[in-house]
Amino acid sequence: MGAYDTLAITHPDDLRFGVAPKPLTTRRGMVLGGGLVYPEINFTLPNIEIDAASMPAIRKHYEECIIGVLRRAAELEAPGLIVEFETLPPMTHHPEWGLELTRIMLDAMEDAHAKTGLRSVFRMTPNDNREFVRPPVMRSGEYWENMLKLFDTTAAAGAELLSIESVGGKELHDESLQMGDISGVIFALCVVGVRDMRFLWENLNEIADFHDVNCAGDTACGFGNTAMVLAEQKIIPRTFAAVVRAVSAVRSLVAYECGAIGPGKDCGYENPILKAITGYPMSMEGKTAACAHKSPLGNIAAATCDAWSNESVQNIRLLSDMAPVCYVEQLIYDCRLMNEALADGRDAALQMCKWMVNSDAVRDPQAYVLTPTNALRIADAIVHAGNHYLAGKAAALTAVKLLREGAEAGEVKIPANETRWLDLIEAGVEALPDDEGAFIDQQLAVIEPGRFLPGEYGLLVDPVV
Amino acid sequence: MPDLTALSKAIVEGHRTHAVAWTGEALEAGTDPALILDALVGGMEEIGRLWKANEVFVPEVLIAARAMKESMQVLEPRLAEGGVKPEATAVIGTVRGDLHDIGKNLVAMMWKGANIRVYDVGTNAAPEDFIKAAKENDADVIGLSALLTTTMPAMKSTVQAIRAAGLTNVKIIIGGAPVTQAYADEIGADGYAPDAVTAIDHLRQAVGLAN
Repeated sequence: MGAYDTLAITHPDDLRFGVAPKPLTTRRGMVLGGGLVYPEINFTLPNIEIDAASMPAIRKHYEECIIGVLRRAAELEAPGLIVEFETLPPMTHHPEWGLELTRIMLDAMEDAHAKTGLRSVFRMTPNDNREFVRPPVMRSGEYWENMLKLFDTTAAAGAELLSIESVGGKELHDESLQMGDISGVIFALCVVGVRDMRFLWENLNEIADFHDVNCAGDTACGFGNTAMVLAEQKIIPRTFAAVVRAVSAVRSLVAYECGAIGPGKDCGYENPILKAITGYPMSMEGKTAACAHKSPLGNIAAATCDAWSNESVQNIRLLSDMAPVCYVEQLIYDCRLMNEALADGRDAALQMCKWMVNSDAVRDPQAYVLTPTNALRIADAIVHAGNHYLAGKAAALTAVKLLREGAEAGEVKIPANETRWLDLIEAGVEALPDDEGAFIDQQLAVIEPGRFLPGEYGLLVDPVV
Repeated sequence: MPDLTALSKAIVEGHRTHAVAWTGEALEAGTDPALILDALVGGMEEIGRLWKANEVFVPEVLIAARAMKESMQVLEPRLAEGGVKPEATAVIGTVRGDLHDIGKNLVAMMWKGANIRVYDVGTNAAPEDFIKAAKENDADVIGLSALLTTTMPAMKSTVQAIRAAGLTNVKIIIGGAPVTQAYADEIGADGYAPDAVTAIDHLRQAVGLAN
């Protein structure tokens, strides 16, 4: 399918932390996927309104955060550090604010390198504001223009990795999650979302090329993680969220089809599937991101990571220090342990990988579909499908099959009230037509008018092949 | 008399085609609209009970609520003729600066399914949006949603604006991942709903309806 019709990784033992078939070397010589796992820190503001009047206080927060985490990373002899700046909506809407804060952090990173030798790299992740208007306008207008301007100016300033949690299709996906509607999920992710990803990442790739920086990757955060959070709250079944995760990989894959080379964005729990397909390094988050959200994937997420992230933490005071400093310390110790296992050889790394996988997989369907073995099976189903829509169907059916087999084998616990959802999902997918055009017609006929603008996704114009 | 038990069951199972058809048939047969409403509400109460017992998930509750809503479209004109009104009127939205709407939508659907008239002002809603909708529709309740810690202050300013606009008798219920009862107390909200299903109970309590 598309740029990928084979897998970069074909054996589960090769889908493990710290090593990727296509590692990425940063300007400072950090080799992601080259045998070390690097910490990736992300921090955000405490409870504060963001406007011109509060910008002086906001500058101080970011200065305090970056100086603190760099100091601690140097003290703990981190092999390198990824600093992610994920903007809050006003910082994208006023790109000059986002740029100013970026410069504060880049300057501090340069200073730390000069003084301590600490290597670091900056990941720029503008908040995707395009859904601020409903229905979202995806390809033009102030939200689109300001977002591109922020990417462009921060890449020029030295942001080496470009990422985003893009939202194309979310206006449809949210309701599909609420209603447990797998056909709507596939339409939002694999028809609408895929088209937005292609448009967005072709633009980002131009910016990256111009400034000689890297497109890193996207995430189905607003999709798969929304499902995960809803499942954690027992709003939707975990089996449904597990299937959504598998399908979400089809959407996130498009960034790599358009030129992204990793490290994949941390909150993309679908990244093991993408690492198997693309061979690029992936950032992941799990137990050390409990500050941002809970998940049933605390250990298993680390099993295939090349960078290990805390997702985000507010700049608030904890007993030992400010929270970002505490979290960078935790990440560094997590990475130190993984790197010790890697240094001890393949068998040691595999043993640790096995513990990470087995400690989570049996307890939750969402973890079970992400074991290296199962991620490879979903990845294989995706690359052998004829197009993204069919890949979504194949990923869903494969996930259902894996969960049924796993439950029967006692490898994953699925309660009775969730098991019947596997039947519902399977029946829902099997009822869908094989032809994407027929599927689009079917969906457009049932979507409430005004909920989304098909033209903003190039629908009715350019079928994705 | 048409089988109102079957109508309740259709609501529980989310069979909207059956529910709408049987509502219409019951009306044609001359059944008291208030009894039909009782059957529909009874179905919603049963699906709510199943949810609270962890036997079903929210999508199943929402599918039932959708069947209820569509049946109500058939029933409402006849209820109005008989002087039966929705139990309360609510305005709901996500506060300014925040685009998250799943929680807000869930609550709105649950309220609609409980015979509450709901006006949704959407996401990124300014205080004046809530005030305007509440005044125009004589709302009993305003629901405020936020998912970000950075938009929680907008909840506080919205509550202040609502009170400053003279809507002192309108009950304000807040919800969202970072929100707590303590925060509701701090900003002067009348209630805090931790989830969509119990948001019905919180609304009913706030406006003095029996649960």
